[in-house]
Amino acid sequence: MTPNAETALAEDTQAPVGPDGSRVRLRAEGVRLGYGERVVVDDLDLDVLQGTVTAVIGPNGCGKSTLLRALGRLLKPSRGHVLLDGRKIDEMPTKQVATVLGLLPQAPTAPEGLTVGDLVARGRHPHQAWYRQWSGDDEEAVAEALAWTGISDLAERPVDELSGGQRQRAWISMALAQGTDLLLLDEPTTFLDLAHQVEVLELVERLHEERGRTVVMVLHDLNLAARYADRLVAMKAGRIVAQGPPVEVITEPLLREVFGLEARVVPDPVAGTPLVVPVGTR
Amino acid sequence: MAAPTRPTRDPTAREGLERVRGRRPFRRGAVSGVRRPRNVLVLVVSLVVLVLAVALNVGRGEFPIGIPDVLATLFGGGDPSQQFIILELRLPRSLTGLLVGGALAVSGAIMQSVARNPLASPDIIGITWGASAAAVTLIVLGGAGLVGTLAAVGLPLAALVGGLLAATVIYGLAWRKGIQGFRLVLVGIGINAMLVAVVNWLLIVAQVYEAARATVWINGSLNARGWEHVVPVGLALLILVPAALVLSFVMGALQYGDDTARGLGVRVDRARSLLLLVAVVLAGVATASAGPIAFVALVSPQIAQRLVGSSRPPIGASLVIGAALTVTADLIARTAFGGVELPVGVVTAVLGAPYLLYLLVRQGREARA
Repeated sequence: MTPNAETALAEDTQAPVGPDGSRVRLRAEGVRLGYGERVVVDDLDLDVLQGTVTAVIGPNGCGKSTLLRALGRLLKPSRGHVLLDGRKIDEMPTKQVATVLGLLPQAPTAPEGLTVGDLVARGRHPHQAWYRQWSGDDEEAVAEALAWTGISDLAERPVDELSGGQRQRAWISMALAQGTDLLLLDEPTTFLDLAHQVEVLELVERLHEERGRTVVMVLHDLNLAARYADRLVAMKAGRIVAQGPPVEVITEPLLREVFGLEARVVPDPVAGTPLVVPVGTR
Repeated sequence: MAAPTRPTRDPTAREGLERVRGRRPFRRGAVSGVRRPRNVLVLVVSLVVLVLAVALNVGRGEFPIGIPDVLATLFGGGDPSQQFIILELRLPRSLTGLLVGGALAVSGAIMQSVARNPLASPDIIGITWGASAAAVTLIVLGGAGLVGTLAAVGLPLAALVGGLLAATVIYGLAWRKGIQGFRLVLVGIGINAMLVAVVNWLLIVAQVYEAARATVWINGSLNARGWEHVVPVGLALLILVPAALVLSFVMGALQYGDDTARGLGVRVDRARSLLLLVAVVLAGVATASAGPIAFVALVSPQIAQRLVGSSRPPIGASLVIGAALTVTADLIARTAFGGVELPVGVVTAVLGAPYLLYLLVRQGREARA
């Protein structure tokens, strides 16, 4: 999809405007989230601004994945609302949402024996119907998504034969083929070694810079989050403790408060972003 | 969203050239899809096998008729006596087998896809036995009064209701904020065992005549099947197979797990319920016509999937292979044991049981790995 098409798509909506004048694409309004009786997140507000890469960080069980699931309408808040471009996401046709918002679940599973080409082509599902399963637009979007993620040559290989890094690129390629300008990624780097983690996050960075995608992702690694996101949201026990640019969020007192971690924060010698050097847990 | 028109940047984007390897397009007007020559080949070959099996099955008997004569009669020729023997006496049996086998196989293909587990077949997880338990109850309670229209309408209806009831109970017990294939299979196997026990109990308390009638029926028999058995399954297939083909588009997305499917804009619970409804009705109608013929629903989709080389059981190929398998099993059941005609279900069970063992062993290994 051309950048023009993407902005045109975004402009016909009545999205609220954030404090600095940029458009709010996704907004959580006083949401309470949980599973059954157990409340994981309560009374949480969050704005995701157009054209940002937001990383949600926090210790295990703080509700960051739960929040992402709610933003992606996989989990319905028991109180409050999630708004997509100013409209309640639960009241929008789910297929329409799927043309604007794409998501990559944590450790997604592909059917056994499925080829990479078929996997990426599945991203076109919201644009298809049972009688129209491989249109010219579909083919172009998929060919481009494969080329863009550098896996065109793997199109005929079964997904289960790929390495972890290649597999994750295939899934991102699928999300790209979906053609949504909003992307939610739930721990896209889990189970990957460091080199592949960096590779995946560079892909995310390019998605943002070259394709104008707005990205929200859950990340475990604070240094990588500080490097590749331009906004951080730090959560603890279902609340947002701090949010803003990485330099403002990654501070020694915050690490102590949120993670119970005694650490030094120094500038990353490569990117200049905050770098966490642990001293020890208290 | 209307797809924006954009200039074609790639000169290879002409019709017929594949830009994504392994996904060569076909396009006619608004209709488009991926060319899968192997699917077409499998479909054609299994259709030929099916026609041959039907011709052989129809030709064998006390008054043997050669395959050329059978084929000539089936396609409109033949002399009057052959026409009578083939069209009135023998064809309904083969046709019932064909349709029942096809219905079971499509039912299996859908359920295996939805549960993402080959063991989640209607004949393993208690759907066909739910139908059987209801039908046997009717046979035993109805006694000698169950004849004519009452039997013709009552038995299929009871089987259908029984199948749906079993499916609802299994789904309800297996549901935990979504359906996981393995839990569905485990719950289903438990329900299946209970239903088999119910049927056995009914057979013990029944009068001898009803017990005998029910025993033949629950072994899956195509004996003495007439056009009155052909019509209901035929109608069900006529409506439900196109529905299954339309729904198989969504089925493709469900295969990726609930979260990914929802992200792709699929209304997961609705789609899954619809698909399971189609599968259960197919299995119920098939069971009503010929009893719970074992293993056809389990094996046929798996054979089809392996022949086609796809990531899930294909509907069309499963249909034809299930039909061919059932007719062939019937041919063996009728003719391989001299004067003794076995119920077709005995033969499919002998053929299918080793495959079930293989699946169980393989899944057990995977679960441990």
